Amino acid sequence: MDLNYGAKYEDFRKEVREFCKEWKGVNFKDSAKIPMTQAFEATGVTMSRSEWQSTLIEKGYFARSVPKEYGGFGGESDIIKNRIIASEFSNANIPAAMGGQGIDMLVPTLLELGTEEQKKRYIKPTLHGEMIWCQGYSEPNAGSDLASLQTKGELVNDSWVINGQKIWTSTAQYSQMMFCLVRTEPDAQKHAGISYLLVPMDTPGLEIRPLVDMTLKAGFNEVFFTDVTIPKGNIIGKRGEGWAVANATLGHERGSLTDPNATVNRVNSLIDRMKEERLDGTRLIDIPVYRDKLISIQAKVMAFQSNSLRVLSSKLNKGQDTKIAGMIQKLVGTELRHELEGFAVDIMGEVGTLYEDSPHLRDSGSWQFLYMYYLGLIIGGGTSQIQKNIISERGLGMPKEPKAQGV
Amino acid sequence: MYFGLSEDQIFFQENVSKFLEDQASLDIIRSITEGDSLELQGEIHSGLVNLGLGSLLIPEEFGGLGLDLLFATAVSQSLGGGIAPIAFTGSYIMAPLAIIFGGNQIQKERYLTQMSKNSIRIGVGFSQYIGARDNSTIEMNSNKISGRSLFVLDAKDATHLMLSDANGVIGLVSKNSSGIEIVELTTVDKTRSYSEVILNNVDVDVLEQTTSSNDAINKAVDGGRIILAADSIGASQRLIDKAVAYSKERKQFGRVIGSFQAVKHMCAEMAADLEPCYSLVWHAAYCFDNSPDEARLMACHAKSHVSEISKMIAKKATEVHGGMGFTDLMGLHYWFKRIGVNRHTLGAPELVREEAANIQNF
Ligand SMILES: Cc1cc2nc3c(=O)[nH]c(=O)nc-3n(C[C@H](O)[C@H](O)[C@H](O)COP(=O)(O)OP(=O)(O)OC[C@H]3O[C@@H](n4cnc5c(N)ncnc54)[C@H](O)[C@@H]3O)c2cc1C
Repeated sequence: MDLNYGAKYEDFRKEVREFCKEWKGVNFKDSAKIPMTQAFEATGVTMSRSEWQSTLIEKGYFARSVPKEYGGFGGESDIIKNRIIASEFSNANIPAAMGGQGIDMLVPTLLELGTEEQKKRYIKPTLHGEMIWCQGYSEPNAGSDLASLQTKGELVNDSWVINGQKIWTSTAQYSQMMFCLVRTEPDAQKHAGISYLLVPMDTPGLEIRPLVDMTLKAGFNEVFFTDVTIPKGNIIGKRGEGWAVANATLGHERGSLTDPNATVNRVNSLIDRMKEERLDGTRLIDIPVYRDKLISIQAKVMAFQSNSLRVLSSKLNKGQDTKIAGMIQKLVGTELRHELEGFAVDIMGEVGTLYEDSPHLRDSGSWQFLYMYYLGLIIGGGTSQIQKNIISERGLGMPKEPKAQGV
Repeated sequence: MYFGLSEDQIFFQENVSKFLEDQASLDIIRSITEGDSLELQGEIHSGLVNLGLGSLLIPEEFGGLGLDLLFATAVSQSLGGGIAPIAFTGSYIMAPLAIIFGGNQIQKERYLTQMSKNSIRIGVGFSQYIGARDNSTIEMNSNKISGRSLFVLDAKDATHLMLSDANGVIGLVSKNSSGIEIVELTTVDKTRSYSEVILNNVDVDVLEQTTSSNDAINKAVDGGRIILAADSIGASQRLIDKAVAYSKERKQFGRVIGSFQAVKHMCAEMAADLEPCYSLVWHAAYCFDNSPDEARLMACHAKSHVSEISKMIAKKATEVHGGMGFTDLMGLHYWFKRIGVNRHTLGAPELVREEAANIQNF
């Protein structure tokens, strides 16, 4: 066991720390996609989100290992450096690079499985925040059982013609592009009949209806396809290989939903809040029951962050087995965040239930918002129950549930 | 020995449920919470008042129904189940209790008689006594009141406000007196109203008994807590019913999701957690009505325990519905949020448990 990254990395850390100091207070003129998540003190430069992306790429603080020709930094892949960047940014409370389904899911997929032309065309604008993507997987009757999806794609005169419906499509209303799963081989077996297609959102016949969620924001959408026609080449992998392509990206999604640095950040904000907030004149941080619960959550967060460090270590050291440590991240990370945000609501009592633009609102209402939002993420990206099935069946090697008769 | 609701109580309870089913569909409640159907909200309120909701606890000698808290508890379950967008806990439970136990004969006649005729409505702000946030304070002498009270219940359509100071002295003011400012607060639960009240040297009518004893405010708070617990039970039951029904319809992997043990167990856990809550809350109401020595402790238990259980049910029932559960379309969040605000009104669970320990001199 050696938790030092070594001298080379300590120098790198210093460099990143300098950068963070220089850019402290940077903020954005274009609104963030998820409202009320994190407000950055507007004490520094104001710029657009995509200018910030470019600044980070230029320094190698984002898209580090993506080749220059595709719009990345063009350095070697270095997960320790990524880790240092994430934690320094988080400590300094300056905005990390944008995430989202394009950056977190599509780009890695393209790098792994895309054609040269696709890489050249899509990766750069995506990394620079100029091309937003949404993920069109789920359908009204295909959620947990994703492979039963029915949206149909037919090859007619060298074009894909798509008909059907997607639902719960996050950020579709802001997106330029969708990567989606479509049944193109109706005669093949369930998993073998699916292709992974890339659809411009402004294609005629594609209709987006925003779907309001429990936070009262339209966090996701319904997307309807009526003879939506796209070029034959807008496919990743071969016809009928979409399931395998999608599985490559689902792993990326599950990782990106549960960033341990963001969770650590939230604990720190919670501590600040508890020092400020008073009940009958006493600071909340001085009230024993709340202290105890805070420390218990802080310990869980430390365990979660350490766990992710160990998963990282297994990528650097061959033979280290962290299969289960990796598999539990979506389940533990989303449940923990929901618990943490809910605890913050709890300690503030009635004040914690305030919402929207109410007087006396704390931290723009982010605690109550994220308490609900993380219930959404417990469900989205594979529910907690499905995660437990995966952990028990694939992780622990337990027998599968019996299949229903005739299916 | 008979542990359960009486036929009369069940009958009344069902009438309230039926009324809400007919008059307050989810679509109507949605438009009320969006501020679009305030007349409909008024009609729902009058309809329920016509059923007797406004005068349940008011003694017959003042024109009320003279029923006990257990009766009101049964009704409150229906209101929670139907997420009724009306004033109840403040105006029709805590206010009459405070006057019954804290007022002198003149005050009782003055207020209770008018309340039973629905010619006055009272909003209630006791957070000074229960736990003050944001440095709010209330100062009261025999005829003037000043200060600031947060989270005053049911103040929006009230004609009068009832406020307490940190010692439990309770005073009434007329809402249109000079020196009162009312600021509407927005919580996640938009089915009910919560306000901040700022008072600057306002004429006050102090409930006479409350200057020398905390009995009245304790009675009002205990009653309010039991009623809120019952409201959360009603909301939780509705969520369980919806989850179970959905799990029998929704198919994934070629089977109804209710056939997955994971889903069955979520539903069974919710039922197993909620079932004892009915007994606890009815028992607490019974003690309130019949056994004053145990009443305060039982009210604390009812409030804190049901708050914890219903929080878990709100989460699990949403999970059973998958992505649909998270949509506004399905509307589960109305119950989720009602439970969330009940949890914090009149004391979050940790604070109420602390009180329960103190009551027992631990
Ligand atoms: C906030 C949010 C954002 C989302 N964003 C996107 C997006 O951008 N793109 C996209 O394609 N989709 C998105 N989704 C959809 C999401 O992936 C699905 O909601 C999720 O996979 C669950 O599917 P479902 O909603 O159909 O629930 P169902 O599959 O119907 O599940 C209902 C209940 O049954 C349980 N269940 C189902 N099968 C089993 C089983 N085999 N064993 C045990 N329990 C089971 C579930 O755990 C759940 O409790 C999003 C969802 C949410 C909530």
